[in-house]
Amino acid sequence: MGKTFAEKVLGRAAGHEVSAGEIVIVRPDFCVSHENGAAVVKTFRKFGVPSVFDPSRIVLVMDHTVPAATAGNANSQKTVRDFTHEQGITHYYDLNSCGGVCHQIMVQEGYALPGCIVLGTDSHTCTSGAAGAFAVGIGRSEMASVWAVGDIWLRVPETIKIVLKGSFRPGVSAKDLILRIVGDLRADGADYKSVEFHGDAADRLCLAERMTLCNMGIEMGAKNAVFKPSEEVLVHARARAKKEDWEVLWADEDAVYCREFVYQLEDIVPGLACPHTVDNYATVREHIGMPVDQVFIGACTNGRLEDLRLAAQVLRGRHVAVRTIIVPASCEIYRKALDDGILAELMDAGCVISHPGCGPCAGVMGGILADGEVCVSTANRNFKGRMGNRESFIYLASPLTAACTALNGALSDPTEWAKEARI
Amino acid sequence: MSKALVYGDSINTDLVIAGKYTKTLNFQDLADHCMEDLDPRFREKVRPGDVLVAGCNFGCGSSREQAPLALKYSGISAILAKSFARIFYRNAINVGIPALICDTSSIRESDEIRIDMDRGIVTVNGEREIKCQALSPIMQSILHSGGLVEFLKEKGDFTL
Repeated sequence: MGKTFAEKVLGRAAGHEVSAGEIVIVRPDFCVSHENGAAVVKTFRKFGVPSVFDPSRIVLVMDHTVPAATAGNANSQKTVRDFTHEQGITHYYDLNSCGGVCHQIMVQEGYALPGCIVLGTDSHTCTSGAAGAFAVGIGRSEMASVWAVGDIWLRVPETIKIVLKGSFRPGVSAKDLILRIVGDLRADGADYKSVEFHGDAADRLCLAERMTLCNMGIEMGAKNAVFKPSEEVLVHARARAKKEDWEVLWADEDAVYCREFVYQLEDIVPGLACPHTVDNYATVREHIGMPVDQVFIGACTNGRLEDLRLAAQVLRGRHVAVRTIIVPASCEIYRKALDDGILAELMDAGCVISHPGCGPCAGVMGGILADGEVCVSTANRNFKGRMGNRESFIYLASPLTAACTALNGALSDPTEWAKEARI
Repeated sequence: MSKALVYGDSINTDLVIAGKYTKTLNFQDLADHCMEDLDPRFREKVRPGDVLVAGCNFGCGSSREQAPLALKYSGISAILAKSFARIFYRNAINVGIPALICDTSSIRESDEIRIDMDRGIVTVNGEREIKCQALSPIMQSILHSGGLVEFLKEKGDFTL
């Protein structure tokens, strides 16, 4: 009987063949934390061990509240910074021009590698599955224990197979697809499960699109979400790998799945997650013309160069009708968007470019809405109060939908724009 | 006496503790804002030992461990739900708060709740019994030690 991706990765790490349902004890290849690393440090001290299991496997990225907004933020960051010096942790991304959102950094900088196990103290750690890694979100005590003893217990998950076929219609993108999938499977449809993306369309999706899809795996409860590495992913991994011993692992043809779904990409239309849950799916057409107060394009879901370029295509030579905040997912993306003239086009169109980081998505660093206001956001969560005010309303959408909406000040259909622009 | 505080399906961790309140290492600060966006009266209602009762997918969303901590420091002694989101489930056990899966549909607000952890039985108003799904042996051991840190300090590794 064939094995799924999760069974192969966890079996290799455990040193014996494993099947869904088993508990295994494994050593992760990389462990990532952001500012909550400060809390991990505090818990780590309770173990009374002098040093972490392996400083070269720990990655720390300051992304949620940079530059620090409060003395508390600054103190947390200092705790993490001091700890990296004390423990000799060199994979550290402070507030400087190398930083960004931790999930972007993990893929961009070559920590998320095919067949590797990545643990992170953030639910969107699953983003690293875009690079073929088995990437799982965990809590802070759990991470402290991994730092102390080097191992974690994991249940080998059952796997859901999602087959993608065909090609997107003009104006439709990966974000529209994942909003539809989350709407279909619902917020707990993949709880405790691994999600594998298969099919001819999956093979063709670029790394940025794969990251958008894997990023939102957690929004249906998934333990991890993953693609088989493409040539683009392998070229990137070879160029940037932060460790030498990695190999591509993928599911066998005859692997056993608990559920299977097939999506024909031609059937996907611009979509939304309506307030206040990510699985509250609607098409853009259903809410077309809805007045909007703010647009946010960015986050670990859609803050990549490809996303910013699409927004600039829409906004080039025109002017936004509402407050539009752009947050590149990393400084490298920021710099490339600057060099390519994308940021200039967005600024000329009236957008505000903010510094890379989690930005308005988590409601802790600006971009907070007033009572009753509506935001169209390319982030991954629209929970009540998520952006800092429980009296506001968040609609999740693709970068193209967000950009077209910014232009009109009302929810707009990017397929109309694509027709006019002949894309 | 432990009474039930009853909520619905898919209560996410942003609702348990909003992101803007998570940037503290003082757990009592978390308790002061626990459940605030969902139920602003939660702080007045909760008494030490009370049991939080929910529907499906409790604790979905962010991996923030402050969510079970906020509940714990509010006085919540256990969480009963039809199902839990996996990161919350692990976090709850890791900070030593029982998260038990059972059919909660018949439990009403302010019902008296007694939990027999050894038998995995919830008794409602002294009369009705609800069977809980058994925790995995490793989770039972972690809970028995009072949390993950205590478990590993005691045992050294995960060998049971």
